[in-house]
Amino acid sequence: MSKDILVIGGGIAGMQSSLDLADMGIKVHLVEKLPSIGGKMAQLDKTFPTNDCAI
Amino acid sequence: MPEKKEDIRIGVFLCHCGSNIAGYLNMEELAEFSEKLPHVTFVQRNLYTCSEGGINEIKKGIKEQNLNRVVVASCTPRTHEPLFRSSCGEAGLNPYLFEMVNIRDQCSWVHMKEQEDGTNKAKDLVRMGVAKAALLEPQESIMSEVQVRALVIGGGIAGMTSALALANRGYEGGLVEREEALGGLLNNLNKLGPTMIEADELVEEKTRSVTGNSNITVFTNARVTEVQGFIGKYKVDIETESGVKKIDIGVIIVATGGRPFVPEGLYNYDGKRVVTQLEMEKLLKAGLDPAIKNVVMIQCVGSRNEERPYCSRICCQTAVKNAMLIRELNPDAKVSILYRDMQMYGVENEEMFRDSKAKGVRYINYDPANPPQVEPDKVRVYHALLGRDMDLPADLVVLSTPLVSQEDAEVISRLLRVPVDENGFFLEGHVKLKPLDFATDGIFLCGSAHFPANIREAVAQGLGAASRASIPLSKGSVVVEPIISVLADEDACRGCGLCVALCPYGALEIQKTEKGRKVHVIDVACKGCGVCAATCYQHALSINSFTDQQIEAQLEAFLD
Repeated sequence: MSKDILVIGGGIAGMQSSLDLADMGIKVHLVEKLPSIGGKMAQLDKTFPTNDCAI
Repeated sequence: MPEKKEDIRIGVFLCHCGSNIAGYLNMEELAEFSEKLPHVTFVQRNLYTCSEGGINEIKKGIKEQNLNRVVVASCTPRTHEPLFRSSCGEAGLNPYLFEMVNIRDQCSWVHMKEQEDGTNKAKDLVRMGVAKAALLEPQESIMSEVQVRALVIGGGIAGMTSALALANRGYEGGLVEREEALGGLLNNLNKLGPTMIEADELVEEKTRSVTGNSNITVFTNARVTEVQGFIGKYKVDIETESGVKKIDIGVIIVATGGRPFVPEGLYNYDGKRVVTQLEMEKLLKAGLDPAIKNVVMIQCVGSRNEERPYCSRICCQTAVKNAMLIRELNPDAKVSILYRDMQMYGVENEEMFRDSKAKGVRYINYDPANPPQVEPDKVRVYHALLGRDMDLPADLVVLSTPLVSQEDAEVISRLLRVPVDENGFFLEGHVKLKPLDFATDGIFLCGSAHFPANIREAVAQGLGAASRASIPLSKGSVVVEPIISVLADEDACRGCGLCVALCPYGALEIQKTEKGRKVHVIDVACKGCGVCAATCYQHALSINSFTDQQIEAQLEAFLD
């Protein structure tokens, strides 16, 4: 069985999944339909409740 | 000093953070000021230093300008320091020859209306950062092996799910449950919304999977009494009926759950005619008394008040679910829900809420300043729209009480050295960056131990925590930041042990050496908090990248 994993969607959920899988040593293919990853979160300014910059 | 002063070439990158910083500080003035600071050979302003373009500029600076120290003046190091460090590393510079200055939180945000003062403060901070950067020394990351076994504390739905997820990945582990049976609060529930499956079926299925899995060792009637060690190498004592068991593990998942609040003294609670939502589940499980024709539920009993300001979130959906089940069992029963606000998040819950109204469940809003009165055979409530009191006949009154933290949460918190919040729930490492991790590496959390969770959330978090815990387990080793305490002056250490007593992470121990009793730093366990170095009256201990010399240089720069 191939151990590579496909993650569809490069928003915060897709990116976190990809990162955790990659940290486990698994090769991940992350597909995003837009030119850049980040999804909705990349459009936010500061995020509640810690006021961290979303980007 | 690592290099001669003339060799030091510091690059200062000033971040505009869009308009977050540049909108309030005079960046041009700050740049001109920075250029004149000692050892600074390159200054650049960026719109967003953390963007790909900004990162490339840092790398370019290191390569083209031969920078051997980098200072970024931008936001909080909590989110971006690791990024900038790794960027330095990618450009061939030791990642610890990097210093971050926070001119957003400390200057532009707090001095929005004082551009001149804010800019002057930013100058002070940059000057201090540059002074420290000049003295920074390269550090090497620390590698440590991981014992590929896990411990899950708490055998409720979250803990069982975690233990199973780890076991199914091939990792062995222990599951510790305080009670005789696995299942936690789920054992007291009737049907689970929104799908209305039987709670017993879920408990049985999960328990069977857990006990039948050869990778999981289940300890029931058991408690964790001692935890020593750090990520990858924990030694845990588990007190069981057949004596104390000692196990060696690499990671810990906290799934100790929550406890239903008992509303003693509230709304004439007696556990018979006035019951809690949890006791209602038992009544429904046993088959509701057909004589019960009028039920009144009261929401937010003991929550969203001064003592417990939080919303327990799961009580509204439980009330609506039970109201529907009462109507199913006793179709002529009248059910009224007295609420402050209905918390019915999610598609299914909202649908169930709508459905319940269509099926005749009555909702009446009440004002916490004028709460309902429970009387022997009725509940009196002030109806704001009618502008008068209403009397609702009641054979049964059901109080929706919150989940509160476990009584022994403090004990677990002390054993594991992880924090709890003001309500006694365990506090995650970061709301968004580490929602299932503690700040201490190697310890994770899930379920109602963190905050009241419904079954779906407890299961999702259980799977998530297991996934996070799998990272060090699958790697078999961990890399730890080298910003830790070191015994810089062994001769000065007298082995007094004051630092050992004060270390919040258990990272120090006294060892007998040829030179006598000396402190030893367990580097993987150390978080670099600095308590030991600040305490040591012999100045024997020092923190990497926060040496006395570096901090003194910062102070001198400030006073310049």
